[in-house]
Amino acid sequence: MNNQIESIQVLGSGCPNCHKLFVTTQEAVKQLGLEVEVEYITDIQEMLNLGIISMPVLAINGQAIMAGQLPSVEQLKEILQEGLTEDEEECGCGHHHH
Amino acid sequence: MNIFYPIELLASRLTYSVFRIKSETVLAESVSFFIFDTIKIMLLLLVIIFVVSFVRSYLPPEKIRKILSHKNKYTGNILAALLGIITPFCSCSAIPLFLGFIQAGVPLGITFSFLVASPMINEVALVLLIGLFGWKIALIYVISGLLISILSGIIIGKMKMESLVEPFVFENKINANFKLLKMTRRDRVIYAKNYSLEILKKVWLYVIIGIGIGAWIHGYVPADFLAQYAGADKWSAVPLAVLIGIPLYSNAAGIIPLISVLTEKGVAMGTTLAFMMSVTALSLPEFMILKKVMKLRLIIIFASVVGLGIMITGYLFNLILK
Repeated sequence: MNNQIESIQVLGSGCPNCHKLFVTTQEAVKQLGLEVEVEYITDIQEMLNLGIISMPVLAINGQAIMAGQLPSVEQLKEILQEGLTEDEEECGCGHHHH
Repeated sequence: MNIFYPIELLASRLTYSVFRIKSETVLAESVSFFIFDTIKIMLLLLVIIFVVSFVRSYLPPEKIRKILSHKNKYTGNILAALLGIITPFCSCSAIPLFLGFIQAGVPLGITFSFLVASPMINEVALVLLIGLFGWKIALIYVISGLLISILSGIIIGKMKMESLVEPFVFENKINANFKLLKMTRRDRVIYAKNYSLEILKKVWLYVIIGIGIGAWIHGYVPADFLAQYAGADKWSAVPLAVLIGIPLYSNAAGIIPLISVLTEKGVAMGTTLAFMMSVTALSLPEFMILKKVMKLRLIIIFASVVGLGIMITGYLFNLILK
């Protein structure tokens, strides 16, 4: 099972909170020493196609994991670390993206 | 028993013992009015926003869309207006909401019911209304707001205005049955905490300035001073209040404390209600943003239908609440 964070996206309309989440995510990535680029996507349609309406959206490997929230750097670090270690155990529904 | 009694006690203690302002003066009354209102409103905001956003974490817009996409009109309009109450709104979220609803098959009229109720009936306005005008006026505001949202949506739905929506909107179809993001109890508490603090940070200055000016007017402007300009018998005051309210959206938090005092000085209650509804429901920045997804004609129809509903409410309560 691949639990690697291969890419991180912040999606929204470019609203003030979207940009804040982008900057905070970059900071969290830096502090964790991850070698991933954070993408900032301001085309609303891409966010809508992920099934999300509430901005801003945080996605890992193209999959939305949080929406409509503005977590702190510390909270984001926790979320990203969970993303690194989280295994199949709680889910088992087979979400594999390549 | 008044639950705000301890705050009242604190306010007069601060005014007379700490600031040493001579009692029974206009200044003393204004200062203690200011301290009391500020503490009361801030506490109410903190508690109510926290509770509402905790509840909201169970009903995010994605879930609301799922519910509404299966509903027919009338039931759909009513549900949309009710669900609009707990959904926060800023002009920048109008476009994703509109696209996200329409592309998932929520009918145009139902989407509009939601778009009217969401900014009009929000927890910040509600707290200020309860704190400054009391339960009765707050309830009147909510019920009239719901009726306006439901009816505007039904009217726009009946008018079959789909041709006035930009064609690109319909090009993309989204399935409304997306799996919702998982949230633990702890996630929800953190969300509610972050959200309440964020809102409080955004509005506290407006609220304090609003209450401050209000306290000053409360003490220094004679009662009934405004009755000659905006009393119940002044018919032109209602449409004027609606027009003035349109550009004031971003400052709703500061405006409600201000107008609570204007009411005290003689502005009729219906006119006050119409003004508040216009401030929250009709917003110039939102209209300009909506231009990206719909023709100007639809925006004008939308604003006129809602504006008319607000004016009728204003006149109605000027007649009833004497």
